[in-house]
Amino acid sequence: MPSNPAIAANTRPWRDPAAKPFISIKSVTKRFGDFTAVNDVSLDIFRGELFCLLGGSGCGKSTLLRMLAGFETPTAGQIIIDGQDMGRVTPDKRPTNMMFQSYALFPHMSVEKNVAYGLMREGKSRAEAYERVGEMLKLVKLDQFARRKPHQLSGGQRQRVALARALAKQPKVLLLDEPLGALDKKLREETQFELVRIQETLGITFIVVTHDQDEAMTLATRIGVMTEGVIKQVGEPRQIYETPASRFVADFIGSVNLFEGQVQSLDGSQMRVRTTDLGEVLAPSAPGLSVGQTIWLAMRPERAWMTRDVPPDGVNTVPGVVQDMGYVGHMSSYLVQLANGRVIRVTQANEGRRDNPISWDESVHVSFDPPDFRVLTE
Amino acid sequence: MKHRLSWFNVTSLTLGFAFLYLPMLILIIFSFNDSRLVTVWGGFSTRWYGALFQNQQFLDAAWVTLKVALFSSTLATVLGTMAAYVLVRAGRFPGRTLFSGMSYAPLVMPEVITGLSLLLLFIAIGLDRGVFTIVLAHTTFAMCYVSVVVSSRLMTFDRSLEEAALDLGCTPFDAFRSVTLPIIMPAVISGWLLAFTLSLDDLVIASFTSGPSSTTLPIKIFSAVRLGVSPEINALSTIVISIVAVGVITASLISKHTIARRQREEMEAGHG
Repeated sequence: MPSNPAIAANTRPWRDPAAKPFISIKSVTKRFGDFTAVNDVSLDIFRGELFCLLGGSGCGKSTLLRMLAGFETPTAGQIIIDGQDMGRVTPDKRPTNMMFQSYALFPHMSVEKNVAYGLMREGKSRAEAYERVGEMLKLVKLDQFARRKPHQLSGGQRQRVALARALAKQPKVLLLDEPLGALDKKLREETQFELVRIQETLGITFIVVTHDQDEAMTLATRIGVMTEGVIKQVGEPRQIYETPASRFVADFIGSVNLFEGQVQSLDGSQMRVRTTDLGEVLAPSAPGLSVGQTIWLAMRPERAWMTRDVPPDGVNTVPGVVQDMGYVGHMSSYLVQLANGRVIRVTQANEGRRDNPISWDESVHVSFDPPDFRVLTE
Repeated sequence: MKHRLSWFNVTSLTLGFAFLYLPMLILIIFSFNDSRLVTVWGGFSTRWYGALFQNQQFLDAAWVTLKVALFSSTLATVLGTMAAYVLVRAGRFPGRTLFSGMSYAPLVMPEVITGLSLLLLFIAIGLDRGVFTIVLAHTTFAMCYVSVVVSSRLMTFDRSLEEAALDLGCTPFDAFRSVTLPIIMPAVISGWLLAFTLSLDDLVIASFTSGPSSTTLPIKIFSAVRLGVSPEINALSTIVISIVAVGVITASLISKHTIARRQREEMEAGHG
């Protein structure tokens, strides 16, 4: 488990119902002609958070970010930052700064001029501004590159200049649009932790837009999963992964096996569900369910157990045949075909150097521990 | 990878360049002709160049032309850039297509008609024809060229650069001045150069809108040639050709050098 910065900082104001949000997005809608990019979104973000808006392309996450920056005006709704209504506030007057996906570095200015740009507009003296520029470049470890022009830098260095420039004015909120999107995989992983370090050092509220779920999981204190202009679920990375609220979220984050079924009987904390793929299984009950209702059981591939022999207790066990497998090193991923033809995904950790791992075309038994099912109604 | 030129390529290259430059070459050679007769070679001499600089009429015309070109190209650049910015940036507004069509129309309008309509306008509002009216006329038609050049640059301009400037606390005008303008400057300068050369060699519109005291060089040359080509004209044309050649060669050398340096620096950055 990657260590979560919010847990490290040990502040989780969103768990406290009395906490006052720092940024309030209230029923915000944005339409472009007939197309609704953002549809009645409400969201509270707290001071010092690193909030990730996660979603595929065209889900409205960037539009929402641009409305926070002031580049787009909401068709309806209200945005409040630190108690101030942003309704008529132009981008240059907002307490936000943005790091653009393309970095948007001014190509005709040196690195230090880029970083000093915002400070000079603030009316700071040259000496004052350049002192701050020095600090910022040190923070992103680019102090030796102050005199270079953007085209003389590598992709990773440009990304850090963009970050330093956006941070120079000490905004209350930093908006980052796909901040690591243009970097290669290795650099992206290093930079993720770097970004978290900088955010914790400065204590500025970060709002990050990304389509990369690993990035969101590593960076975020909380994630908002967006699709088709609405936020489907807001929660800590662990909540989103372990207790997704809908099939969309379960499927979007990580991989998942979904089984459709009807509630057969309810019995206190457990219920029996009749599924087409697994037959009758035992699952944890949830409030508000009724007998006969159609539900979906979500099961993460790493929570399924796979054995050659029938396990002794025999609860929720189905036979299958290994159709395909992939060895990834720390774990192996299997595709298991059940009797009715349905293929499910099972992963197993390669903990010891087992002599005899399960392989292609073997007959296996897959079991599910009832509490590992997540019951979904939508 | 190096290719040897085939005989076909050599032939077409020779013919093409001969077609383009032979007339000018002959003109240059005859500008050094000692003879008064244009088509008879009478030995090498530079006396027509000397005579040219004694000819006050030519010098006056050259001065008028230069003034007109400077003022009109500058004015056209300012107006053309503004028009391009609005047409590319303002998004959709009622009549946008009409406006952009109208701003490009003078490009295809026959010069005679542009000249005539301007003449009628100047007469109608009682404006005395002179340097000022030529400047106005040249601004009118050169502005569209500037706006075409600048708007094609603006189309590929990354708008997030302007947004970044706004985000960092600039007013829209400040963002334009400190970010957009420096970046599109090469296009603005080439627009200006285009307007300048168009104004320099315009004959038709200038002859409609010039007054008795404001003869431009092309008008002067044209009327002089009608009385017979004098070797002085050859000398004058040679000077114009060399100025243009030096300008074009310098510009292409500078741009080649800049591109090469930039590519080298980008390579180094990638490794660093």
